[in-house]
Amino acid sequence: MADETQIESKSAFNFEQCLKCSICTVYCPVSAVEPDYPGPKQSGPDNERYRLKGMEFFNESLKLCLNCKRCEVACPHDVKVGDIIQAARIRYSTHTPGLRDRMLANTDFVGTLAHNFAPLTNFALRLAPVKAVLHGVMGIDRHRTFPAYSFHTFEQWYRRHEAEQQRFGRFVTYFHGCYANYNYPQLAKDLVKIMNACGYGVHLLEKEKCCGVALIANGLSKQARRQGEVNMASMRKAVAKGEPVLTTSSTCTFTMRDEYSHLLGIDNGDVRDSLTLATRWLYRMVEDGQLKLAFRRDFKMKTAYHSACHMERLGWIPYSTGLLKMIPGLELVMLESQCCGIAGTYGFKKENYERSQKIGSGVFRQIEEVAPDCVSTDCETCKWQIEMSTGCGVKNPISIVAEALDVEETRRMNA
Amino acid sequence: MDMDILKEYDVVVVGGGITGAGTARDCAMRGLKVLLVEKYDLTNGATGRNHGLLHSGARYAVTDPESASECIKENMILRKIARHCVDETDGLFITLPEDDLAYQATFVASCRKAGIRADIISPEEARRLEPAVNPSLIGAVRVPDASVDPFRLTTANVIDARRHGADMLTYHEAVGFVVESGCVRGVRLRDNHTGDTFEVRSRMVVNAAGIWGHLVARLAGVTVNMFPAKGTLLVFGHRVNGMVVNRCRRPANADILVPDDTVCVIGTTSDRVSFDTIDHLKATPEEVDVLLREGEKLAPALAKTRILRAYAGVRPLVAADNDPSGRSISRGIVLLDHEMRDGLAGLITITGGKMMTYRMMAQLATDLVCRKLGVDKPCLTAVTPLPGSEKPVAAGHTSRRATEYSTHAQEGRHGTMTRLIDAGSVETRALVCECEDVTVGEVKFAVDKLHVRNLINLRRRTRMGMGTCQGELCACRGANVLCQVARTEPRAAEHDLAAFMAERWKGARPVAWGDTLGEAQLTATIYEGLCGLNRLCGDDKKIAL
Repeated sequence: MADETQIESKSAFNFEQCLKCSICTVYCPVSAVEPDYPGPKQSGPDNERYRLKGMEFFNESLKLCLNCKRCEVACPHDVKVGDIIQAARIRYSTHTPGLRDRMLANTDFVGTLAHNFAPLTNFALRLAPVKAVLHGVMGIDRHRTFPAYSFHTFEQWYRRHEAEQQRFGRFVTYFHGCYANYNYPQLAKDLVKIMNACGYGVHLLEKEKCCGVALIANGLSKQARRQGEVNMASMRKAVAKGEPVLTTSSTCTFTMRDEYSHLLGIDNGDVRDSLTLATRWLYRMVEDGQLKLAFRRDFKMKTAYHSACHMERLGWIPYSTGLLKMIPGLELVMLESQCCGIAGTYGFKKENYERSQKIGSGVFRQIEEVAPDCVSTDCETCKWQIEMSTGCGVKNPISIVAEALDVEETRRMNA
Repeated sequence: MDMDILKEYDVVVVGGGITGAGTARDCAMRGLKVLLVEKYDLTNGATGRNHGLLHSGARYAVTDPESASECIKENMILRKIARHCVDETDGLFITLPEDDLAYQATFVASCRKAGIRADIISPEEARRLEPAVNPSLIGAVRVPDASVDPFRLTTANVIDARRHGADMLTYHEAVGFVVESGCVRGVRLRDNHTGDTFEVRSRMVVNAAGIWGHLVARLAGVTVNMFPAKGTLLVFGHRVNGMVVNRCRRPANADILVPDDTVCVIGTTSDRVSFDTIDHLKATPEEVDVLLREGEKLAPALAKTRILRAYAGVRPLVAADNDPSGRSISRGIVLLDHEMRDGLAGLITITGGKMMTYRMMAQLATDLVCRKLGVDKPCLTAVTPLPGSEKPVAAGHTSRRATEYSTHAQEGRHGTMTRLIDAGSVETRALVCECEDVTVGEVKFAVDKLHVRNLINLRRRTRMGMGTCQGELCACRGANVLCQVARTEPRAAEHDLAAFMAERWKGARPVAWGDTLGEAQLTATIYEGLCGLNRLCGDDKKIAL
């Protein structure tokens, strides 16, 4: 046999590595509730062969895919089922995003507009007539409430405190993402608190754009690519200074680490290893003995950890939960790993609302049974979904660590 | 087939390949009462074991101008009358650095002389048109090659023959002739399921049995000196190429890569084999090796593409009557009037030729039959669309939902006949074969209209089991649906299932490495381990034909 011929014992075409075992379909949260969705195996590797024949074999119902990637986690043969589906949507979908999709996708732009009038926006977005208009005209489901916008962004707060951060001898760079910036700067401040206690100053990227996850999901991948290139250029500079780039959102992290190269064709190989979730970085530093964390003795909390889909895909759940387990006063209950149904902007669309809630029902029921003080998860959109659907508060593990941290003692130990 | 067989026919056509089906159609369209008989399933011989290439004729332009002009003529006809079987891909003849570029000029001149459009294009243009092509090519010619599905083509001919009053018996083998006063007056048939034999009388018998025609002729005591030439091909897991890719050189082994439906096929080898092997051909490791080595030169991606299976067919090569040694073998159409040649009236043989010149062969045979029977009717097969091809099916927009996707897949297989497929309920829309998108409704349609009684019939009529998993998921579902709609006995269905899986494994075995082997192991675990199929069927297990 010729030297190069068939020696890999593995097709170079990822979709051909599928052995049709169908386990991905078993794990697909959409297939479980939506008979019209052909499921990941069929939408991905099966249909890919037909799509090579002609565009008529692109099935528009692929838009029902949440991009949760649970299919990829389930696959025993390393088929990037979710990527195949997303790539097909990027390539073949003839659906042009309307105003609603553009608004949901441009978290950055909408956030800038909204936070300037935050009290008004927050008030207005909760009014029944406004919700009725959003539902009827825009197609944003009336059950949804937009996360409250903060009057001051995290970036504004940071600029006021930038000088303090420069006093440290060691630094990390923080990619805060849209949510921590526009909606919930407290999460970002919590990270700064922990880092400072550990003896690290926090830098921001020279230029930060929205990671683009919502743009990809809403058919605006070109814009996502442009923003991704900006982020990568800034991260390269941070990495060149020897600083890790930390995040507090699992979805942003996953998008920038994996979707950039798999779906957008952005070369992120030089940055990928330095880009990590803050919980993972902290856990590893503690494990390596390079950092020490001290916690308040009077801290008591019962939390139920929800495994966000992209955390599953990253395989990083043990880092976040491992970090939480270091807190002596914390009782941690693991919820069974299931999708909560929101999938970023997916659940906001009125055509998806019902499906979204059906998908999440298992998670909601478990939370009610466990009755924790709060749920913890690394994803902000899971937080909105769970808070709306269960009434239980949701916190990022970083916020819980910050709350439980004995700052003085930690500072002393890391001095 | 639960069919009432007449005592006497005008014509019995022996052989359910494309030539037999086409001849049955032509005879029936000219008002003759026809019986088509086939010893196993339709398309079980060379018809179902070739490239699926609708030659432009370019391949033969230099070496065999007569075949070349036959090809281009039939190529243009089939695009019209069999549009649902044809994928108008166009083809490239590429010159690689190791080939002589000077051949290109001879090639193009010969093509044009035969009436084949041949446009020289730049290597850049060739790479743009066909991104899978070997990028190191130094020359390319674009020709009107296309791909054609021989299973559909045969089925469509059979359906039309039936519409014109023809009867058909599959799994019925001609085991003798009824000869009276030196004249063939019928055939003796054996039901290959039950072993029963019986006679059917007819005024004429057409031997259209391909390579088996040699043996059929012998039954009548006449000699047709044929040489079985085995050709092996490989099926890859998906369409690597969108156009047919050929080498621009004198025809040789493994120099055509054809995109067929959802797969692509590289072939062929060519080796003389003996008659005792032709019912049980096996692809050898050496053949697989040659096909891969040469195929990779056409499209380098083949080196890293999953191979689904290997299969082999037999070309019916006929030696000239004055050359019994077979040294000067013709690949052209051979029509033998045994009355003139051997003094045996009532029997003619139509053989040689190519799958894609079947219509012309059928016309020649039917013209002769009509002359013998004193029927004066013109041949209309060149202008009458086959069932399914009456008009083009619309496409060009994406599917809104899975049902629409299934409809597109079915239109690709059945053309306008797709409207006969029930998609009215969740049950009928449910998929039997996920790789090739075959629904329960399509299986019902195949049982009702396409002469399907077992799984291998179903595979050839619908592509069920021809996809990536090679029957892993669909075979048992298909067997179940057949029990319901074709009222197959469950016990018989188990044996059918075992024979079907054995046939799938036979093809996968020569290429069983990597993902193909993994798939086969999973399949074996399901069917042998989980379902205990081997234990159920014991030593009776056969390879489905």
